[in-house]
Amino acid sequence: MPIHEKSLIRPENLVEHEELVIDGVDVSGHWSTFIEGRSVPDYNEQLQEEIAAIGGGENIHRCWQCGSCTNACTVNAINPDFNPRFWIYLIRMGLEEELVRDRDIIWQCVSCNKCTYACPRDVNPEGVMKATAHWLELKGYTEMKPSMVFDEEFSLQVFNTGKIEEGKVLQKFFKRTNQPLTQPWLVHLITGLVKRFPVFYLMKLGWGAVFHPRTRDWGRARDAINEYVEERNAEIHKALNLDAKGAD
Amino acid sequence: MAKGKHKKVAYYPGCALEGTGHAYNRSTKAVGKKLGLDLVELENWNCCGAMEVKNVDPKIQTYLSARNLSIAEDMGFDTVMAPCNGCYHNLKKAEYDLAHDDKSVEVNARLSSKAGHTTYEAGKVETIHALDWIKDSVGEEGITERVKNSLKGLKVANYYGCMYTRPRHIFPEKDKGPETESTSKPHFMDDLLAAAGAENVNYPLKTACCGGAHALSDSDTSTKLVLNLLETAEACGADVIATECPTCHTGLEMHQVRAEKVLGRKTNVKVLYFTQLLGMAMGLSPNEVGVNENFSDSRSLIKEKGLA
Repeated sequence: MPIHEKSLIRPENLVEHEELVIDGVDVSGHWSTFIEGRSVPDYNEQLQEEIAAIGGGENIHRCWQCGSCTNACTVNAINPDFNPRFWIYLIRMGLEEELVRDRDIIWQCVSCNKCTYACPRDVNPEGVMKATAHWLELKGYTEMKPSMVFDEEFSLQVFNTGKIEEGKVLQKFFKRTNQPLTQPWLVHLITGLVKRFPVFYLMKLGWGAVFHPRTRDWGRARDAINEYVEERNAEIHKALNLDAKGAD
Repeated sequence: MAKGKHKKVAYYPGCALEGTGHAYNRSTKAVGKKLGLDLVELENWNCCGAMEVKNVDPKIQTYLSARNLSIAEDMGFDTVMAPCNGCYHNLKKAEYDLAHDDKSVEVNARLSSKAGHTTYEAGKVETIHALDWIKDSVGEEGITERVKNSLKGLKVANYYGCMYTRPRHIFPEKDKGPETESTSKPHFMDDLLAAAGAENVNYPLKTACCGGAHALSDSDTSTKLVLNLLETAEACGADVIATECPTCHTGLEMHQVRAEKVLGRKTNVKVLYFTQLLGMAMGLSPNEVGVNENFSDSRSLIKEKGLA
């Protein structure tokens, strides 16, 4: 019987002979298609615990694989390879090598929380996706993805000043990801504004150059947060068996 | 519906409303004034953590949000109103975590005492959205009796986004019957705009995602998601998409331009905050509700519908 769901099997595990005769019987073409036996030489038995040690991943052990998360997923609708249920399965089974194959898309979770809304087991799949993306970076499987660069720039500013200055975050993010600030659509957006209301926006720009949002007396909160972040990082590094400086 | 609530509440605008979402700030305040509702801004508030800090550490996000709730408590308020979906969601989430998760309580207590302010404890302050605020204070009747320029003939797609309804468990007051807000089919914005005369279209993507969290870091995905929202709104016959979240609003405006520039797909549907529409319906001028501060240009529609 031909294999109908070939799309579910990785191409390198599908074997097909153009011309094949066995014991005088011609089994050329798809009659000879078979799936190569697969063996997993090493499990990471700690994988689930490693993900659970990172913020957001705590409830992964609760999953019973109903698939509601993937069914509800915003990103899955535009990219069928984005499959939270499958990744949670791999993590729970300790199939690290399989999980790592999808290292370039896991970070794309848009945090819409549809999965968390649909989940009957309070797994918080959204948090698991973020924890997994983080894990991939900590383990050195990927470089830091743009979304984490953005999260980091944003958070640093909040930790340091208590508030966000959008222009500054944008600037730093573009710089760190090597993108020009003068993207045509961005330029179009800004020039449109200034053309429509020149006086108002020139005043606003001037104001923005002088006034920087920050929370007063934030120093103690900043120190407390930074101390906590350091402590958490050490905990995570320990749980992932990384040396103090991590894989980077 | 308990009308007459929220005459005077604490106001938490959040960072976006001081930046790209300033039009929402201006229009919310202007509408509050028109309705005779008092907003007292939280003193020296901080960022709630938005959609970013939780990816660094969720407990810090809980602390950041809880600090704002503690300010409301210190100022003697039992209600804080946050018009931004992100802030609203995070304050609600902090409330939920502090009521249900010991570790969150511990981290919040530790950070609060080190930072030298009141440790917020669950149950002291209720967080409401700008929609709850108007709905439960003056309600639809209050809007209808103040309408000067009816939104009659204006076809509106009401777009609520993700953070206003998901996940369900952090909004215990929702899904409690037809009078309350629904997490699967929210209707508060529809109700208020209908009271101002608008014709709401049956928009199936009310709570779909605009990709706001990755508006810049994965802009191709965001553009696809936004384009779908815009084209569907047009297919439903909408003139304008009404928003109630600065991230969604700015995302729609930015990626409407980006879709045109990068994918060559042009859409004409306008994007306005629901407070801008309500304000103009109650006789405020477009500038008074910050239409000039929107990235997108909706002046032609406003003129055509006689709202200016």
